[in-house]
Amino acid sequence: MSMLQVEAVTRLFGGFKAVDDVSLQLAENEVLGIAGTNGAGKSTLFAAIAGQQPADSGRIAFAGQDITRLPPHRRARLGLVRTFQIPREFKSLTVHENLMAAAANPQGERLVNAFFQTRSLREHEAQLAAKADGILQFLNLARVRDVPAGGLSGGQKKLVELGRVLMLDPRCILLDEPFAGVNPVLIDEICDRVRELQGRGIAFIVIEHHLQALKALSHRMIVMDRGRILAEGDPHTVLDDPRVQEAYMGGVV
Amino acid sequence: MIAYLCAIGIVALIYCLLALGLNLQFGLTRLVNFGVVAFFAVGAYTSGLLSLKGLPLPACFVAAGVLSGLLALPIGLLSLRLRDDYLAIVTLGFSEAVRITIQQESWLTHGVQGLPGLPKLFAAWGPGASDMAIFAVLAFVVGLVCWGTVRLTRSPFGRLLKAIGDDEAALSALGKDPARFKVQVFMLGAALAGVAGAFYAHFITFITPEQFIPLITFYVWMGLVMGGSGTVRGAMFGSLLLMVFLEGSRFAKDWVPGVSEVGMASLRLAAVGLALILVTLYRPNGLFGGKAK
Repeated sequence: MSMLQVEAVTRLFGGFKAVDDVSLQLAENEVLGIAGTNGAGKSTLFAAIAGQQPADSGRIAFAGQDITRLPPHRRARLGLVRTFQIPREFKSLTVHENLMAAAANPQGERLVNAFFQTRSLREHEAQLAAKADGILQFLNLARVRDVPAGGLSGGQKKLVELGRVLMLDPRCILLDEPFAGVNPVLIDEICDRVRELQGRGIAFIVIEHHLQALKALSHRMIVMDRGRILAEGDPHTVLDDPRVQEAYMGGVV
Repeated sequence: MIAYLCAIGIVALIYCLLALGLNLQFGLTRLVNFGVVAFFAVGAYTSGLLSLKGLPLPACFVAAGVLSGLLALPIGLLSLRLRDDYLAIVTLGFSEAVRITIQQESWLTHGVQGLPGLPKLFAAWGPGASDMAIFAVLAFVVGLVCWGTVRLTRSPFGRLLKAIGDDEAALSALGKDPARFKVQVFMLGAALAGVAGAFYAHFITFITPEQFIPLITFYVWMGLVMGGSGTVRGAMFGSLLLMVFLEGSRFAKDWVPGVSEVGMASLRLAAVGLALILVTLYRPNGLFGGKAK
């Protein structure tokens, strides 16, 4: 059964079709890779799926629910989360606080409870803190737990973003260029983590220019060009497709 | 001299209260509120008018805080759609609108003539002692607000305010709706300004619309930015430092020969301006806001 369904989604900027009639499906437990030149509409597609730039036409369904018009925070609460191409860490918060800010804690976050914290609220907060610490362990970030996130390296910020969305126990994660500006050792590490999370039942869509890593990670791939889907299928087949080579690499490879 | 210092101290603490309110809005949440004086004015007039109707002063103070806070609701809702410079322009315009409304609606506010003869806090204790008592109560209130701010900063609520200040869109991508938090913090800061206004009204005992010009807003901003926004000690020490500048330059005229009283007032502003430039150049996080990152 497909977890995410994107049907004929178009997103306009003025008269320019950044995303043009794109349809795709994502199965539970699947890792879908998206490649394509700069300006092909990959990030805009993410923004349409996650709600930052809602689709102008078309339909998006997640876990059987129509989410085409939902605001971003409602989509995130359903378990559909994203990271950003340029890391958007909360720079004045520590790494641990970044994760805590993402945790679902509606009671504890009420204004009155800033002054009067009941025991159960404190316990809940402590549970969340432990969960955040577990995720930091998992992502190898425990060492920088109390460092302001603004001071981290680019690769570490990417991991913090991943850690933040994991606090929501998501069902589907959209990763926008998780390897950009990340050193090769850390790329392998991120790949390992993604595989591990996928093994726990989380589906991924990954936008990436680093084709070798993307090919190794993805079960299925899509290549976009000028807002449309150019090719779709098994990673090897897709990357060997002459149209893809023409559009993506200028026919050089 | 004691009486003078006490009066200066009261005004300084009133600025501290305003700065602490702005610190919640701007220091933590990065909401650019250029209308601080509007909520200060509404607090002063609410409390002043109610006290003239014979309401006991504590009730007037509560009403001042509540009404100023409520008045911030529409502005807070606006802040959901406007950011940074746009919000700054709207709040600045709002504060002038409030001042002119107070000036024009004389059936309610006595217009440009203002409200003379407001009851002074602790008036029964005699002139000297009442100022001391006001100072003590204000110091207690400011201390309480400092404690509350620290508490709030460390709470999950405060964590979200800082996250909104850093990157609102990223927070909404994490399942949080920033709207409620922004409106609440706007109202909270405004309520503090309202209470500050009530203290002002019942200390000065004579308020007019001309006391609530945008310059007050910018004094509060100067104090906060010089001290270091986002921290309690920045808001506190910045406001005190500003007071030292504004009042201290009165004495400086004894050492600066050939400058008239009027010239000195301009020099005073120039000195504040220069200090602000130097601080933003060399200590962009403020004097007490920690090292620049």
